[in-house]
Amino acid sequence: MSHEEPNSAKLPVQHTHSSGPDAISSAQDPRVISRRWLLLTAGIALNGVVGLVLAVPIFRYLFAPWKKDASYDSWVPLGAVDAFPVGETRLAFYKNPSTNPWDGQTDNVACYVRRESADQFRVFAINCAHLGCPVRWFPQSQLFMCPCHGGVYYADGSRASGPPERGLFTYDWKIASSQLCIDAGQMPTLSNQAKLVNISINPGEPSCRG
Amino acid sequence: MPRMKRTAVRIYGWFERRLQLEAPVKDAALHPVPRSTASWFYVFGSAAFTLLFLQIFTGILLALVYVPAAGQAWNSLNILNHQIPLGWFLRALHGWGSNFMVAIVLIHMAQVFLFGAYKYPRELTWTLGVFLLLMTLGMAFTGQVLRFDQDAYWGLGIGASIVSRVPWIGGGLVHLLLGGPIIAGATLSRFFALHVFIIPGALLIFALLHVWMVLKLGVNEWPMPGRLVHRSTYIAEYEQLTHEDGIPFVPGAFWKDLVFSGAVVAAVAVCAVVFGPYGPGGQPDPSIIQTVPKPDFFFLWIYTVLSYLPPQMETPFILIVPLLAIAGLLAVPFVAGEGEKSWHRRPVAVLTVSTIAVCWGVLTQLGTTTPWSPHMNAWSSDPIPVHDLQRATPLVRQGAIVFQAKQCRNCHSIGGSGGQRGPALDDVATRLTIDQLRFKVVTGGGNMPAYGKNLTPHEIEALVTFLETLHPANEPPAYDASRRAVETSEAQPNRTAPEAKTAAQPRTDP
Repeated sequence: MSHEEPNSAKLPVQHTHSSGPDAISSAQDPRVISRRWLLLTAGIALNGVVGLVLAVPIFRYLFAPWKKDASYDSWVPLGAVDAFPVGETRLAFYKNPSTNPWDGQTDNVACYVRRESADQFRVFAINCAHLGCPVRWFPQSQLFMCPCHGGVYYADGSRASGPPERGLFTYDWKIASSQLCIDAGQMPTLSNQAKLVNISINPGEPSCRG
Repeated sequence: MPRMKRTAVRIYGWFERRLQLEAPVKDAALHPVPRSTASWFYVFGSAAFTLLFLQIFTGILLALVYVPAAGQAWNSLNILNHQIPLGWFLRALHGWGSNFMVAIVLIHMAQVFLFGAYKYPRELTWTLGVFLLLMTLGMAFTGQVLRFDQDAYWGLGIGASIVSRVPWIGGGLVHLLLGGPIIAGATLSRFFALHVFIIPGALLIFALLHVWMVLKLGVNEWPMPGRLVHRSTYIAEYEQLTHEDGIPFVPGAFWKDLVFSGAVVAAVAVCAVVFGPYGPGGQPDPSIIQTVPKPDFFFLWIYTVLSYLPPQMETPFILIVPLLAIAGLLAVPFVAGEGEKSWHRRPVAVLTVSTIAVCWGVLTQLGTTTPWSPHMNAWSSDPIPVHDLQRATPLVRQGAIVFQAKQCRNCHSIGGSGGQRGPALDDVATRLTIDQLRFKVVTGGGNMPAYGKNLTPHEIEALVTFLETLHPANEPPAYDASRRAVETSEAQPNRTAPEAKTAAQPRTDP
């Protein structure tokens, strides 16, 4: 309430218009002041409610990418099974399942396929388990080496040396219509791959997509 | 002439009657500051402010051409570099402006800390300054992302991998950071919004508040040893100082700010002309894996820290230490808000700043040479020194081939070329006997993988035979006395002790 007087004193235009005994008495009338304050409070409350109502969809919009891992994953084909010779590790590429037209080359993802026997595969992520740099396969020494911080992995993906805490990330795989398919869709990191212990493979499923 | 002057005065008066800016501007310009603050040590804040406006200006000019879409950003940068007249210069100005801004903000912070300027009543100025530093670094990182090349792509991957280590919500945070499941179009779009709208908006507001407080609270007086800050008396002491030994801010102190800011902008322009723009490097195609990602200069020290931390310490370190560091910076004025300002009597402050500076310098230097990274092409491109192969037996030559072909060279250097992850092998034979060499190759250890499964026995034999020849001419290789005794007794079962003469001769010296 005490703010009212100095404020009105600073506004000379209003002062000249509201001169006279009525204006002075109404400015000092506690009922009038409290009515204005009530209206101001109501205005604040209205804006608060509108803000809250708006905040819900805005929050929902902002957090739209925050989904469960499974909602991003789907089976993608890596190519004919015969393209991968037994006992060798080959670089393979796939288009990320969820894409936008403006992604450019970024949805072009690489992975390593190791065919251990006629019907056994291991599919490794390109990303080092340390901080995600692209590891390189050296068939001569049968090692994966990371160019960033010097992580090294053996041919089976297990950690050989350097800062990684674990072996290379692996994709679930299956063979469908003589195509090698992997369960892919998001960048492999410690948050989604470290927990992968039980790998369920359903061989003989009709299609890669599903 | 007087008529024109009268007209000008009238036009000025017309605007001034409506804007009424003259009084506050005069107040700000002519407010008295202590004479001691008209110093070349006090020019860094205004230079950082100038660079902020240079960055905003050049950034807007770049945004006229840059396409913030993952499929086109890299192309638009190349068009800026090569086709738009002086587009390269604008990119270089913005890139070097960024480097200078980070550097000057850091210098400004060190100076303010050493001069005790964060003490009462300027605590909040410091607090805002800490956020300004964080936002400046945020601008540097997001700017590196907008230069959407291979380094940007894999730098984002490193950022996502760090975020993924947050317990429980790491996965969701990665999706939020990337705008989706992978680094793609949505990622660049949101980093564009961060770099162009969100962080600069906040940065500008914070910077203006920061300057507002400098005007309201006065420039920190030159610290004198023994003149202590007390909450009860400081304001009056400062008032007295500015009135007894003060000068108006303009031009008394301001001319040095102006000169230094001009010099800094000129230095940015010279660097831009001489060194040119940053990149863009290789195209942001994740299927091109022949790449060695590296962060920009001001993040190299983090790169180094991340390669030297033991694996089990890494996650706690990455997630906790930055928060502690920020909390520590924010706490400085509230822990030491009173007392001595002069660095002459604050040894801990001086030691802290110099320790941080030395550590930062060493870590950055290591980050530029990356001794921990394998040299991915050393095995196929670095030659074996000729003198190591002169008079070499076929087995030794075969060993040299194994050494190259099995990528040993990627981590071990010979003759000064090759990786530095492992020790240089120029004189390895003087350190390890042939048995120790064989054991090390087969089982690995430390940062070396075990090659037992990856080499045939013949290859191992050839390799260690080659390694055994790597010693200075005047220094024999290490040998195991007991082994020689066994070998000699096997060859001549009737003899019990080896001859001194054979023991002194290196077994496999070519």
